[in-house]
This record gives sequence, structure tokens and C-alpha cells, in this order.
Amino acid sequence: MTFFLVASIVKILVVFTVIMVGVALLTLAERRICAWIQDRLGPNRVGPEGLLQPAADGLKNLLKEETLPGQADRLLFVLAPALAFVPALLAIAVVPFGAPLPTPWGDVPLVVADLPVGFLYILAIGSLGVYGVVLAGWSSNNKYALLGGLRSSAQMISYEIALGMSTVAVLLLAGNVTLSDVVARQQQSLFTWNVFPLGLAYFIFTVAAFAETNRLPFDLPEAEAELIAGYHTEYSAMKFSMFYIAEYANMVTASALMATLFFGGWDIPFTHWDDAPPWTVAKTLATLGVFALKVCCFLFLYIWVRWTLPRFRYDQLMALGWKVMLPLALVYIALLATAIWVLHDRLGWTYDSRFALALCGLNVLLAIPLFFVLDRGHLIASSVAEGGA
Amino acid sequence: MAIGVKVLKRPVAQTSYLRATLKGMALTLSHLLRPKVTMQYPEEKSSTDWTISPRWRGTHRMLTDEQGRAKCVACGLCPQICPANCIKLVPGEDEEGNRYPLIYEIDEFRCIFCGYCQEVCPEEAIHVGVHYENSECSRDRFVYDLERLCAQTHPVSTLWDPSDPSGE
Repeated sequence: MTFFLVASIVKILVVFTVIMVGVALLTLAERRICAWIQDRLGPNRVGPEGLLQPAADGLKNLLKEETLPGQADRLLFVLAPALAFVPALLAIAVVPFGAPLPTPWGDVPLVVADLPVGFLYILAIGSLGVYGVVLAGWSSNNKYALLGGLRSSAQMISYEIALGMSTVAVLLLAGNVTLSDVVARQQQSLFTWNVFPLGLAYFIFTVAAFAETNRLPFDLPEAEAELIAGYHTEYSAMKFSMFYIAEYANMVTASALMATLFFGGWDIPFTHWDDAPPWTVAKTLATLGVFALKVCCFLFLYIWVRWTLPRFRYDQLMALGWKVMLPLALVYIALLATAIWVLHDRLGWTYDSRFALALCGLNVLLAIPLFFVLDRGHLIASSVAEGGA
Repeated sequence: MAIGVKVLKRPVAQTSYLRATLKGMALTLSHLLRPKVTMQYPEEKSSTDWTISPRWRGTHRMLTDEQGRAKCVACGLCPQICPANCIKLVPGEDEEGNRYPLIYEIDEFRCIFCGYCQEVCPEEAIHVGVHYENSECSRDRFVYDLERLCAQTHPVSTLWDPSDPSGE
């Protein structure tokens, strides 16, 4: 028990530190990659290659003046940044990030809390994040902030459904909601990584995760062209910084989830060396590295998409969420559940590469007509109603 | 009634969001890997793509003769032609009758960098310079006296393109 407590506290401290440092570096990565995409160099003055830029930014934010709007609801105004910030960090607690670490007192599973209800916990905590944004918008007593908060709540609720639905497919395949079991199920071979049997679910999950984290092309809550800065218009200094950190921490969580649910978690492809006991420190370090690499790839995807795509119009956002993503996810689950039932119960296949590849084939078959339809320009309504001319 | 807007039918290929998205992603990725155009300013002040023009008109420089004296003969043409009235000249004369400036000051804040002083100077003494880094800590420091004008070492402006005589 003592060992469990000590190990948990150490894990919490380490994970918290890593996430905070990672978020700081991510802000730098975002600025530098954005600059590279625009043929510039980006901030490279503070420290080698600009590595100390986040520290300089943090210092600046600490020293800036805290403003409090006269008509604001003080309690909620102060509370909102924390409410945005805390769930973003909480969600990462159930994500397994490496093979168990052997110590003289026993193996330590590399997950802060290996909850049996892991995935439900993430959905629950994920939906709490919207409170920070909505309360920030409302308590500021500023119409732009309020509109940003409203948009955010509508958007998050709309896409949360698609997000949850897409992961139902993962749970169907894993037969469990514990994330370490989900990872264990994917370790048999490269093709049992869920992205192969559940390609479309991954597609839906990614799009919904972009919307959930308020990143472009879904950053309606802070659309600066229309809403100045949306829900954080009235915030300054460290409180603003908290929203910023929350956004990036959400990105890290979403990326870690993509890696865990669809890309084998900390599994190293093409080898079974990392999957089985006896656990060694080398295995732990190698799997940690692979997991970090996967997460970084998704973070890069986030940044890459942000600096490529323009923002959706609000009605387009809603239409995409309710008329495309939701039915798509529902139909997909129905088809997939049927397929799994046929393969597993009728044909008696156990879950292995053959099973996964059969589902992969189904995904490809579904994807072709889907993308054909999306590609015909029916995805998003044009700016004028039909027959408007 | 809603305002009618004429909507042109576009070819199917142009209304495709997926193709457009992928195209855009490919484009940004290719830009990510391209050479960057930024010049690292304080370290790198000119590159093969860009150098400051030799006709740049920046802060002034007074040329000197072999003995290190200003070439200026205090003829008074430059304060006369200066449209901003930023040149202060008090002429003096030595015992051999040579005129020289007792006081020669240019207020660089007033100066509009037209280059007339350089054009009008019969002795090719005062020049505008190819120089742009002029930060100082006080306003007084921008009134350049004769000593300071003589001490400047930056290249002087050519004012017109030497390869194009009609420009002169």
C-alpha cells in the first residue's frame, strides 16, 4: 500500500511535469512550424533555436497586469481558467504510456490510474472542459465573450456525440473500457492496431477531437475575425495563459488518446519483445519513446492542419456535426457491430491479424462510397440557399 | 425577401472539399521543407537576394581631405537648398583667406533625406550615406556636428544609377 501510494505520487509529479514542459515546448513548436510553413524561421532568439522562448513568454505573462472587468462576475471569472485547465490535465491520468517499470518492490504500471472505467472517465472529464469556456464567456459580461462561450458549448456538445460514438467501435473490438486492455488487444501484430480494423472510426475520432479541442478548422469559440478573441477576450496575464495551457494540454490528451485507441498505445510495431514479461528498464524506456513519438506525430498533425485550413462558418460546423458526423458514426457502429458478430460468433474467429484485416477490408469498402459522396461537394452547404438566385 | 445573389455553377472538381483539403495539406508540407526567406538581421545584413541599394539616402557623412580636414568650404549652398532647413552653417576664414565651417551641424530628425545637399555641394564634401542603423538614447544625439559627420565611415550614396547617365 505504501509502495502504491509512493509510486502513484511519483507518477503524478512526473506526468504533471512532463505535460507542463511538453505544453510549453508545444507552444514553441506551434510557432516554429507555423513559421516554416509560411517560409519564415519563427522565434529562434531566446536560447538555442528559441528553446527558452516559452520561459520568456511565461515570465512575461506572470509580470503582466491582471485585469478584472468592472461588471464581471468575480468568482466565476477567477474560477473559469482553472475549470478549463484542470480537466485538460485530469484526462491524461488514465492513459497508459509505457511498459511496466520493474523496481525492487514490484512492477509499476506506467499509467497514473489504471481505472477499470478508463474510457468513460475520459469522456466524463472531457465534457467538463466546456464549463471553463462557457463560464469564462458568461462571467466576463462581454457580448463577444458570451458568444464565444455559447458557440463553444454548442460545438462541444455536438461533436462529443460523434467522438463518443467513434470510440464505441474501439470498445466493441476490445470488449473492455480499460485503456491498458485496449492497448494489450492491439499488440498482436501491426494490423491489430485499431486504425486498420477501425479506419473510419479513427477518421471520425480525429475530426471530432479537433472540434473538441477548439483547434482550427473548428476554433469558432475564439474566431478572432468575428469575436475578437471569443471567450477569453477579457482575460489577461496568467489567467489568459491558463486558457492557453489548457488548449495545448487538451491537444496533448487528444493526441495521446489517438495513439492509445487507434495506434497501439506504447506498442512497438513488428516485434513482440516489448509486449511480454519479464519487464526490463530497457523495455520501459523503448515503449515510452515510441509512445512519445506517436503523440508527437499527432501533435504535428494538429499544427499542420491548423496552418492549412480556414475556419468553418458556424452553420457549416453545425451541419457537419449533426448531419454528417453523427449519422456516419451511428451507421458505422451498426455495420461494424454486425461484422464483428458475424466474424466472432458465426464464424468463430478469434481476434488476430486475419480478423483485423477482414474488418479493414470492410472499412475500405465503406470509405470509398463515403469519400465519393463527401468529394462531390455535398458535405457543406454553399453560402446561398438553393434557388436563392 | 432575401437578397438574390447570382451563384455560378462550378465544375465538380472545384467543389470537392476533400481534394482541396489534401491539396492544401500537401502545399503547406512542401512549404515546410522549403528554404526560408528570413534574413537573420543583426548577424546577416545582406544576402545574395537582397542588399541595401547604393542609392539609399541615409544619415550624412562629411568627406575629408588628406590632412583629415573637412572638404567643406562653407559656401553656404547646402543650407540654402535644404528644404527642411536642418543644416546650420557658420562660415569662418583663416589668415590665407580659405573659408571653412566654424560650425556645421545637421539635425537628422529634421532632415528629410532628399539628398539635395549632396547634389548641390561643389566640393563633394557633404554626402548622404548608405546607412540605416541610427539608434541613440537621447534626441540631442541626433544633431550631428562637424566632428561627428567627419568621423562617419559608412559608404556614401550614389544618388543616381551610374550606369544610366540620363538619370543625372
